[in-house]
Amino acid sequence: MTTTSTATSPIDAPHESASSLGDVLCDIRDLHHRYGENVAVDGIDLSVRAGEIVAVLGKNGSGKTTLFRVLSTLLPIQRGSVTLDGLNIAEHVDAVRSRIGIIFQSPSLDIKLTVDENLRCQGALYGLSGRELSNRCDALLEQFSLTARRRDLCQTLSGGLKRRVELAKGLLHRPRVMLLDEPSTGLDPGARLSLWDALQQLANDGVAVLLTTHLMEEAAKANRVILLDQGKKIADDAPSRLRADLGGGVLTIVPDDLADAKAILKRELNLETQIVGETLRMPCDAPEIVVKVADTLGDAVQSISIGRPNLEDVFVARTGKQFQ
Amino acid sequence: MTDSGMTTSARMGAAWMLARREWTRFFRQRNRVTAAIVQPLLFWLLFGTGLRGSFESAGGESFSQFFLPGTIGLIVLFTAIFATISVIEDRREGFMQSVLVSPAGRFPVLVGKVLGGAAIAWVQALIFLLLVYLVGAASIAWTFPWLLLLLAIIAIAMCALGMIVAWPMESTQGFHAIMMLGLMPMWLLAGTFFPIPAWSPSGPVIESGAATMGDWGGWVLAGIMQLNPLSYSMLELRRLLNPTLDLSSAGFAPSSMTCWTVTVIATIVVVVIAWRLMRGSRKADTMV
Repeated sequence: MTTTSTATSPIDAPHESASSLGDVLCDIRDLHHRYGENVAVDGIDLSVRAGEIVAVLGKNGSGKTTLFRVLSTLLPIQRGSVTLDGLNIAEHVDAVRSRIGIIFQSPSLDIKLTVDENLRCQGALYGLSGRELSNRCDALLEQFSLTARRRDLCQTLSGGLKRRVELAKGLLHRPRVMLLDEPSTGLDPGARLSLWDALQQLANDGVAVLLTTHLMEEAAKANRVILLDQGKKIADDAPSRLRADLGGGVLTIVPDDLADAKAILKRELNLETQIVGETLRMPCDAPEIVVKVADTLGDAVQSISIGRPNLEDVFVARTGKQFQ
Repeated sequence: MTDSGMTTSARMGAAWMLARREWTRFFRQRNRVTAAIVQPLLFWLLFGTGLRGSFESAGGESFSQFFLPGTIGLIVLFTAIFATISVIEDRREGFMQSVLVSPAGRFPVLVGKVLGGAAIAWVQALIFLLLVYLVGAASIAWTFPWLLLLLAIIAIAMCALGMIVAWPMESTQGFHAIMMLGLMPMWLLAGTFFPIPAWSPSGPVIESGAATMGDWGGWVLAGIMQLNPLSYSMLELRRLLNPTLDLSSAGFAPSSMTCWTVTVIATIVVVVIAWRLMRGSRKADTMV
């Protein structure tokens, strides 16, 4: 048995204050979308500024994919309005399309073509040609360390490399707003890190980045997190602020048997814990509780720790439901 | 088109790139190259040889001569269909969604598919034609440039027809049903496999006595065949392949002018229908 106790560190300040960010490049007002009787998006307001990375976090069916499809112009706007880079998406669809870069969750590469051919095809679809297109391709291949693989068929690339090609594809026409649907799906940890480096680089260059995810760790890296539940926005703030709002710390216990441990803690110590994934969790401000829990559970526990609340705790606190 | 949408030349650039993509993909899938040319070639050799004795046509052609335009038509049909069926794969593999969210819009998708597919079909037909000239089954005539032009128009029409079928379709299985129930009969009833009989609005023409069921059946069939625009294209193809052919005793022999007109109008009609269908349907958008 290991017992670890992580002291609660001061809450981080948000990466950047709102004032240092640029103009609002993506502005969503009172957006609704339904499929027949089924309400998918139920009145969402949301804005993303230049230089900002915003993560839309929600479970399957929370409405994030519908939101993504509306923003990427695949679905029409039923009610509400979306303005991208100052243009209303319903009125200027082609102009909006040339200003957004889109990375779909499902791959959009033509695997029978080479990396180069995929990029050139994409460039032509966005009106690039000749020297301009060649220069852009060279620059992006260099930026994503793909130059050595440019003549390889995409079907021979690994998942991480394919994602990089997708990113290069999406950036070819210098979009002002970047939309990414579950961008780290199927990526190993190394590839995820380099994806985030690339996103950070984009934000530094003044692009507004909006991504959807169902992964807490992923959302925690964004400048701002939008929590979605059943088509509604239930939180919208910097991850650190969302966690700070909960106050205090969280006790996390990894026992051998979840139900047993939960019952024992209730009986012996009168502790009300919640099962979250493979762990028991409860709000906790007093580190000495760790020792009591360790004594009570004895060998039936793998680890006990105290930490700051994570986004999962925020979700549970706001909805009363588990995230999984 | 909106203020900062793409210019027409940029859209054509996109269409050209998509057409080139069809080419590249085609030549990287060797089985498609063989499937589209070997099967009609086999048909031609087998039927041409097997039916030699039991066939008599206007103008004294042998069956393998008679069947030549039909074989070329089949090569164009197969290649065009295989090329346009790829729109279903494009959608499934996700490539199509990145095209549909681009500012180029859908017109380049249609132009790219049709021109790309038609160019492949045209070259395939040409390769077959050269083989035929090489083995001496036909001889090259002054009509050759016109033959090339007609083949190009037919290829475009077939590809547009393929798009009409493939665009609303979710799986390639459904495509095969349409192929066997719609496209093959269209080809069979175009005077490719057996000559088109004469037709008169007053009913079947018979020597004596009352018309039997069979006579009426033949009359209906002849009517359908004469309504089939492809019959006109195939007849003109026959003329261009063998300009000395005497069709005066044939049951169905409209003038060259009529054949060209019908072919061109039918091509325009299928292209327009394909475009309206693609523009109107959001199907591809909501799938995947």
